[in-house]
Parts: sequence; structure tokens; C-alpha cells
Amino acid sequence: MQEENLKKRQFLSAQVDLSKFNRSHFEAATEDEKRQQDVMGESTTFLKDGMRRLRKNPLAMASIIVLLLIVLTIIVAPSFVPYSYSEIISVNGKRDKSAANLGPFEYSKAEQRYMKSTGEKLFPHILGTDSLSRDYFIRVIYGTRVSLSVGVVAAIMVLIIGLVYGSVAGYFGGRVDLIMMRIVDIIYSLPDMLIIILLSVVFNERLKPLIDKTILRVLGTNMISMFLVFGLLYWVSMARLIRGQILSIKNNEYVLAAKCIGTKNGRILRRHILPNCLSVIIITTALQVPSAIFTESYLSFLGLGVSAPLTSLGSLANDARAGMQSYPLRLVVPAVIICLIVLALNLLGDGLRDAFDSKLN
Amino acid sequence: MENKNLLEVSHLKQYFPVRQGFHRIPLKAVDDVSFTIKPGETLGLVGESGCGKTTVGRTLLRLYQPTGGRIVFDGEVLFDSGEQYDDNGKLITDGEGRPVMGTRIDVDMLPYRKQMQMVFQDPYSSLNPRMTVEDIIGEPLDVHKLYSSKKERREKILSLMETVGLNAEHAMRYAHEFSGGQRQRIGIARALAVNPKFIVCDEPVSALDVSIQAQVVNMFEELQEKLGVAYLFIAHDLLVVHHISDRIAVMYLGKVVEIADADELNANPMHPYTLSLLSAVPIPDPETARKSNRIVLEGDVPSPLRMPSGCPFRTRCRYATEQCAMEMPPLSDRGNGHFTACWNK
Ligand SMILES: Nc1ncnc2c1ncn2[C@@H]1O[C@H](COP(=O)(O)OP(=O)(O)OP(=O)(O)O)[C@@H](O)[C@H]1O
Ligand code: SF4
Ligand SMILES: [Mg+2]
Repeated sequence: MQEENLKKRQFLSAQVDLSKFNRSHFEAATEDEKRQQDVMGESTTFLKDGMRRLRKNPLAMASIIVLLLIVLTIIVAPSFVPYSYSEIISVNGKRDKSAANLGPFEYSKAEQRYMKSTGEKLFPHILGTDSLSRDYFIRVIYGTRVSLSVGVVAAIMVLIIGLVYGSVAGYFGGRVDLIMMRIVDIIYSLPDMLIIILLSVVFNERLKPLIDKTILRVLGTNMISMFLVFGLLYWVSMARLIRGQILSIKNNEYVLAAKCIGTKNGRILRRHILPNCLSVIIITTALQVPSAIFTESYLSFLGLGVSAPLTSLGSLANDARAGMQSYPLRLVVPAVIICLIVLALNLLGDGLRDAFDSKLN
Repeated sequence: MENKNLLEVSHLKQYFPVRQGFHRIPLKAVDDVSFTIKPGETLGLVGESGCGKTTVGRTLLRLYQPTGGRIVFDGEVLFDSGEQYDDNGKLITDGEGRPVMGTRIDVDMLPYRKQMQMVFQDPYSSLNPRMTVEDIIGEPLDVHKLYSSKKERREKILSLMETVGLNAEHAMRYAHEFSGGQRQRIGIARALAVNPKFIVCDEPVSALDVSIQAQVVNMFEELQEKLGVAYLFIAHDLLVVHHISDRIAVMYLGKVVEIADADELNANPMHPYTLSLLSAVPIPDPETARKSNRIVLEGDVPSPLRMPSGCPFRTRCRYATEQCAMEMPPLSDRGNGHFTACWNK
């Protein structure tokens, strides 16, 4: 009677119908099978895992390719383009005044005459020339070099200052943190563009006599003042971010465990805290590059950027303003390159964040 | 020899400053806690969540700077705030109510970190997710330079892993790849690496699956037999504590209200709070459960920011009288090594 009931269970029930099984279905697991239960998943490190996720992100991968192409071009191009960014084109050792304002792939009269007489083919002016008869392509290449290095150097400066300041404030906390963060608040509340412009003007005046006899002269006062401005102003958001990260990480019990072991403060920061906010640091630094490039372009456009004859993408665009109607290409090219670099770096930064910042689980 | 204490904690206080509006008021997480632990002994520490058990453990290991009290380990004073107490445990004050201060002692803890260790409550946040097991267990060895060659370091780590029942093949794995029980074993191996005489075990099993709890508790017992290490074993589960402890201290709102041998406490609980804790232990047999008259606690634990005057338990105590509101009952000797802080029991 009871067995009858057992068999007639509801057909949707998830209960196992025991009547269908007997002892032979339940044999003891062998040692081998038991060991299989003990096997863990494939060991993946944080880095491998993140790279795998990054590779699956088409936008980030496209950005990497674009950036690599740009970097490769600015490294390689100057070695096969026979023109200089700072000098007027010369044919046969003579300055070619007629080469001003050429269109893309055009040759000046003097060059055409030279080629006809010798039969030698001259290297084309890929983007034409500017109003001072300089090859525009090589100027764009050098401008990109300058802009990119300003971006990278500024980002590194911001990273170093922000990292040291933020780690100290976050790790020691309490009164130290309070005072350090009030300073950050004050700097943060200044209108940065205004300050940058004011500081650039002031530094330009003051720095000139100081650097006149040193190698720094090559960079020009504008460039150096720009770095100083970045160093003085832009680290604050980085410092805030790192402090916040450290504050949250130092509450983890593993930091307490390290203290309990007797680990010194420096080692705790290096081994336990910083590695755990590394992803955020890398991402923010990556995002700092385009912001610095943008500021540099902006300043150059206002005439506060690198000094002539050195150029940057921003000052190229600024110079092109005068002939905008007749030679729009000279404005479009640097503008497009700025956009490409900034966009690619932003997308890459976002991609890095998605790949690395997800919490481990 | 028999009477020598490994650890003596007296009048330990830990107040956290808490901001309330514009004021900073002290949160008395641990208030005047005293106990002793003998070599190789286990003292259980029980109490509800938030009563300050973790804080006692961390403060006596000097992970937090104590607000007051005295900590003596192996005959050496690690900390003494300088406050002095008379024989009845009353603070000695001068005419204006200020404590009479003796000399303050505050030693560098580094050499003592090799002798006192801790196993943490949360097996997930107590291991750095970016480090391999080898590096986690190896860190105390690195810090105290307990090896002479890379090979010796590795051998030590592998033998520690074996001691706590971990598969040595997993040494290069990252902590986040392990289960809760395995992680807790890693934490225990890290604590054992320096060969300590005393370990604070802060609810080492409460985050684990019930099926694994017993394994880990048994491992603690085996380790104690093998290594002769003393434990302060914190838990909120009286069953677990009774199983592993030689003596048990019961805490309520930052104060120790009762302390006795484990069996004595179980057979003869005195403090009303201990009585209610014991009757909250689930009884497996429903028949016995019905017959026993359970004491169900009413009301909530008061906030440690607004401690009741006198006895901290008086807001929930059935036996409370006027005297309880006036003065904190001292922890008084009831014979048999049984101490209770209650006026009426
Ligand atoms: N660092 C701190 N700052 C401020 N308050 C704290 C701090 N640590 C603990 N507290 C407070 O002290 C009290 C005791 O906390 P503690 O962690 O010691 O309790 P516990 O008995 O270990 O509880 P649980 O069983 O939940 O672990 C709590 O009210 C808590 O909010
Ligand atoms: S002292 Fe009074 S209030 Fe406190 S536990 Fe004893 S009887 Fe209850
Ligand atoms: Mg706790």
C-alpha cells in the first residue's frame, strides 16, 4: 500500500523516484574519482584574466591598433622623409621660396625644374607645405611627437605626485589625511584653465633667464611651464582617487593580518595595498594622457604652447587658422589627429577599466 | 610553573572616538576587561555580535592602540597605560577624581609578533587576493627572516601547508581560488609560520559551512596538542566554545560578566546573561526542549554609545533591582575559579 503511493508520485515533481534505483546504482567512488573532486579550476592570474577580457573588446583593440600605427609612424617617418620640420625646403642647396602653400603631392616650380633637369624623383610633399615653405607632413609628425610626449610625461608626473601624496594621506589617515585633503580641496576648487593660463604667462617671464644656458632651452619656456602647471594642478584628482582606494583597501583584514605579522608600513603599502589598486591607477593614468594632450593643444592654440620652430598639434592648428579659408586641410589634419589620439586613449582606458576593474570573485 | 600565566590582561579599555554631529564621543567597545591565559590553555570568549570580542583580540595584540589597561605576556609588560587600581579593582584617583598615573609602558611589538598571532574572522577578506598561497604563508617568514635560503623557505611553507591539511601542490595558487575552509587553513598556516605561543582565534569557523566547522575546530585542537599553543578562542556559539575551551569568559557590551571553567559554567551558570545564552543553545530533542523552561531575552542590545548606568545588562535583566542601576557589579569570586559580575545572583 505504501509502496503504491510512493510510485504514483506527481509527474512534475522533482523528487527522485527511488523505486527505479537499487543498490547497484550507488557504488562507492573510487580513489581516482574522489581525487577529481579535489581538483580546482584552471589557475588564472589577475593579469591573464584581464588581458583575455581586453582582447574580447573590439573598441579597445581598435584603439590599440590606431595608437600603435600613430606611434610607429612618428617614430619611423622622420627617417625616410628628407625634409626638416624647421627649415625651408631647399632645392640643390638653394632655398625654394616658391614652395610656399603647396597642395598635397604638389611640387614647386623650382623642384619641377630640378627633377626635369636631373631626372631624379624628389620625395613628395604628402600634405603639401605651409606658408613658410616647410613640408607640412613632417611638421605634423613632429607636432604629434611633441603632443604625445607632453601627454605621456604629464601623465607620469601626475601619477608620481598623486600616488605619493594619495598613499600617504590614505594610509596614515586621521589628522594627516584631514590636512592633506584640505590642501587638495583648495587646489581643486581653483578654476584650472584660468590658473594654467596665468601660470604659463608668469613662468614664461621668470623661466627664460633660468634656462637660457641649459639643455632645457630646446624645449622652450612654454613647454616647461606647461609641465610645471600639470605638476602643480593636475595631480589632485589622482591623489584623491588613490586615497579613496587605499582607504577602502586598508580596511580589509589582510592588511590587519600583515600588521599582526609585524610587516612594516612601507611593505604593507607595496605588497598589500598598491597591488590591489593597481588597476585603478593604470586606468586613470591612461585617461590622464588624453586630458594632458587636450590641455596642451588648448594652450598652444592660445599661443602659450611650445615655442617656434618646434610645434605641436595645437600650435599647428593655431597657425592654420590664418589661412583657414584657402587651406582648410592644414587645420583639419592636426585636429583629426588630436581627435584620434584622444578618442583612442579614452576608449582604451574604458576598455582597461572594464577588463581589470571588475571585482575578483 | 603551573601557576605562571602566559598572558595577563587587566583593565583593558578600547574606546573608539565616534563623531555625532559636532561632538566626538567615545564608543566603549571594550571597557575594563581582565583575564589570564596559561600556556597551552584555551580561553573561550563568547557574546553577542557587537559586544567587543574582536576588539579585545585585536587590542591585546596591539593592532589597535589600547585606551587603557595593562597587557603582560610571558612575564614582560607590553603595554601599561599607567592607571593604578586598588585591590578591589577600583581606579585610584586623586582628590579631584583624576586617576593617579604611574609610569606608562609601550614597547615595540615587533619581537612579540613572533609569539602572538591571530586567525581572522572572515576567510575572504583576510587573504590578499593578489598573492599566492606561498607568499601569504611566507610573509611572516620574510618579515622575521626565519630562513637562510630560498630552499629552506619553500620547505617550511610546504610543511606548514601539510600541517593544516592543504595540498602542497596548490602553493602557487591565488587565495581567491580556494574555498572558505581552505582559506581559513591558509590563514592558520600563516599564523603558525612564526611558531607562536599564543593565537587569538577570532570566530575562525563562524563564516564556514556547518559541515566544515567541525573539521576546522578539530584541527585547532590537534594543533594545540602538537604545538602546545594557547588560544583565545572567540565565538558566539556556546557549543563550539564549550567543546574546545578549558575556561570560558562571557562578554556583554564590552565587559566580561562571567568567567569560569567550561564545565563549571555549563553546569552552574550564574549570570543572568549566561543563563539566557545557555538556554538559547538549540536542543536537538524536541521533547527535552519543551520541558526545559527557556529564558528568552527581551529587547535589543543597547547601543554601546548609550550604555546604561550601572550593570550593562540591566535593561534586559529579569532580576534587575535599584542597585543595578546605581553601580557596576564587580567580577567577584564565587569559588571554584568561577567569577561573576552580578549583584543578585
Ligand atoms: N575601528 C572601529 N571604529 C569604531 N568603532 C568600532 C571599530 N571596531 C569596532 N567598533 C565597534 O565596537 C563594537 C564592538 O565591535 P567588535 O567587532 O569587537 O564586536 P564583535 O563582538 O567582534 O562582533 P561580531 O560577533 O559581529 O564579530 C561595535 O559596536 C563596533 O561597531
Ligand atoms: S547586576 Fe542586576 S541587572 Fe546586572 S545582571 Fe545582575 S541582576 Fe541583572
Ligand atoms: Mg568579531
